[in-house]
Amino acid sequence: MPRAQVRFLPDGRRLYLQDGPIDLIVEAFGSPDQMRIAYRSASERFVDVLDELCRELSLLRREPSVEGRPIGIVAQRMVDAVTPYWPSTFITPMAAVAGAVAEEVLYTMTSAAALEKAYVNDGGDIAIHLGDGQQFVVGMVERPDRPSLFGTGTIAADQPVRGIATSGWRGRSFSLGIADAVTVLADTAAVADAAATMIANAVDLPGHPGVKRVRACDLASDNDLGERLVTQHVAPLVDDEVAAALSAGEEFARSLLPRGLIRAAALHLQGQTRLVSDTLQLEMAPVLSTKRGLVHA
Amino acid sequence: MPDDDAIRCDACPVLCYIKPGRLGSCDRYGNQDGKLVRIEPHVVLDRAKSRGETLVPFLERDREWDGNIVSGQETFVTAIGAGTTYPDYKPAPFIISSEVKGVDMVTVVTEGIFSYCGVKLKIDTDRFLGPEQNTVRAQGEAVGHVTTSEYGSQMLSLGGVRHLTGGSRHEGTVTCQTLLDLCNEKSVELAVDDGATVVVQAGKAPIVDGVFEERMRVGCGSATIGMFAKQWFGQVDEVVVVDDHITGVLSEHQAGKLLGVPETGIKMKGRRSTPGRYFKVAEPGTAWGGTNIDDPLTILAPFDSKGAWPGLRLLMVSTTGEHSAYFELDETLQPVERELPTALKQSVARIQENCEPAMCTALFMGGAGGSLRAGVTENPVRLTRSVRDALTRVTCGGAPVYLWPGGGITFMVDVTRMPENAFGYVPTPALVAPIEFTLKLHDYADLGGYVDHVRSLASINAGEGRRRVSARQDNPWPLAPTKTSEAP
Repeated sequence: MPRAQVRFLPDGRRLYLQDGPIDLIVEAFGSPDQMRIAYRSASERFVDVLDELCRELSLLRREPSVEGRPIGIVAQRMVDAVTPYWPSTFITPMAAVAGAVAEEVLYTMTSAAALEKAYVNDGGDIAIHLGDGQQFVVGMVERPDRPSLFGTGTIAADQPVRGIATSGWRGRSFSLGIADAVTVLADTAAVADAAATMIANAVDLPGHPGVKRVRACDLASDNDLGERLVTQHVAPLVDDEVAAALSAGEEFARSLLPRGLIRAAALHLQGQTRLVSDTLQLEMAPVLSTKRGLVHA
Repeated sequence: MPDDDAIRCDACPVLCYIKPGRLGSCDRYGNQDGKLVRIEPHVVLDRAKSRGETLVPFLERDREWDGNIVSGQETFVTAIGAGTTYPDYKPAPFIISSEVKGVDMVTVVTEGIFSYCGVKLKIDTDRFLGPEQNTVRAQGEAVGHVTTSEYGSQMLSLGGVRHLTGGSRHEGTVTCQTLLDLCNEKSVELAVDDGATVVVQAGKAPIVDGVFEERMRVGCGSATIGMFAKQWFGQVDEVVVVDDHITGVLSEHQAGKLLGVPETGIKMKGRRSTPGRYFKVAEPGTAWGGTNIDDPLTILAPFDSKGAWPGLRLLMVSTTGEHSAYFELDETLQPVERELPTALKQSVARIQENCEPAMCTALFMGGAGGSLRAGVTENPVRLTRSVRDALTRVTCGGAPVYLWPGGGITFMVDVTRMPENAFGYVPTPALVAPIEFTLKLHDYADLGGYVDHVRSLASINAGEGRRRVSARQDNPWPLAPTKTSEAP
């Protein structure tokens, strides 16, 4: 029995690909023929991705350039996405793994088929393809562990954004910061993934007694973060503390704008949100107040 | 690098070392007590197994995927982790058919988002938690209020739309967290304005102002006199059962009169109700019998020399038997504490024995509104009618619910009968609770159901990884026969 799982979701439109820790939701838009080609090529490429990565896993868990460049195309994309942060800050290529995998599967589809638009969602790290005149409406969640939108953004084909990523301490990966969620729009998914990780790390209150931190190696022996302290719990903070933590993250996020590492970011912590964007006019509308009476039970 | 207690997962080439109690990088496999187990987010109740065995061991994977073993009526798909219809009116995430006794049954499974919801909390205690109507707080925010006192218990009403979305953002967030924790059987600390601080957890004894509440009172002070008068007769001359509600006095009480207990010249403080029954002998509190007294003699006035005599034996005891003291009157008719005689020790123990263990019980109460019902059928009111006519069974994570009479689908469920961590939330804030509607396939078609979206149970088991938990033996099986719309 093959290890990877490939199937359609109940709606019959979206493809679900799973292998080990990788879960992808894939959706292509186009003619039925082209969609079939896209999904078949995505599936065929996907089944090799995890094995490729794992062959170089120990290298990818170390800081870039220490042991030389990896061979795999996905691995190389990971290294390229995190190198701008190194060596001034600790980072390993694993910070971009989800985005890089999403990008690879999307690239396979768009190379093989003519699609109007498409996306590959790797646990919230999303690679998107937009044909001329196309757009995606993107929903943002406050806490990655609970599915609920707190805002939406529209990404159009004439904007440079092709990658979206979200990071926070409640998510599946460890975080050094206390952000509930940082959502980043960037030119590629791997670049967005690395940036979201780094901005989420920067949303922090060092030494605050309400933040419970544990050595990453005490939670998972083989984690790339080693003895660094990762956030396990954040007590309710007063508004000023939330603002201070968000400001630290915002300052870091703003420093990434002129370097082209992000196009926009939404930083979320305990009910407060900061939006950072440059020239990009992104429509980021909160959805909370709309239609509540109608929508809810 | 790996620790002695970590196990290596070989389910995929990542080959995680997983420490006890942790999950691998996939969040699917975990180390539970040194064993590699598979954990899935979507809960499937498995009738055949006893409760407690909640995870499917890795090595039994073949069984997990075998649709034949998980056939028909032995498995019920709950709504936990199913996702919601929010924000669109679209078919519920899972509409599942299974054959039960030759009839196709449909279970419509969704997680409802409940803005209108709360927890009715029953706290078994005689201690005074706070005045009726006073605000109940968690982390300083108003999350509910004190409602009626019941026999041996205090009721609190927590949550509701006014606290969830009607107050400040922080009030809503804290209320939501409090409800979520209570519903997921975690402990919560609540403080009542002008009252006590109480730690509550569904299915566990309450802790009132730091004191672990072990027992419910056997009855009020007067009732206790009635129940134990015969056992005391001849062993002691006077008994006072201290109770915040009604303190009982043996020699004056009807039960004592019938036995011929002579007058003792005892003088009680408080307001006499009927003979041998006193209201308000002290202020409410968390000491003797739910009063604020630590020294029981403070509720007695000096004995009347006309009735009392030196050597008179007096037992004072609380309604739970938790507090007791024994006195004998000296030459000046002053009570002097002495060691409790053996026979009286036994009667105090008997009171304790007759007090049930104190518990907190939490009932989740919510109403299934428009979009949720629209996920079941195109004509939502027909679902309401079908539920009302008992053609459709409503369950909450597979647990039975009490359905309120009247309009809408408003129900209550004992959270301890649901699988663990069945509840979630959205930042609205509102609670997410599982809800399942089970009915016969042809009834489902009749009420305008999404028949095109019905999937077979086998396809659920074979197609997607599921977390299987065993059904509770004390819950009725959700797929047991219901009424039918067919003429008998």
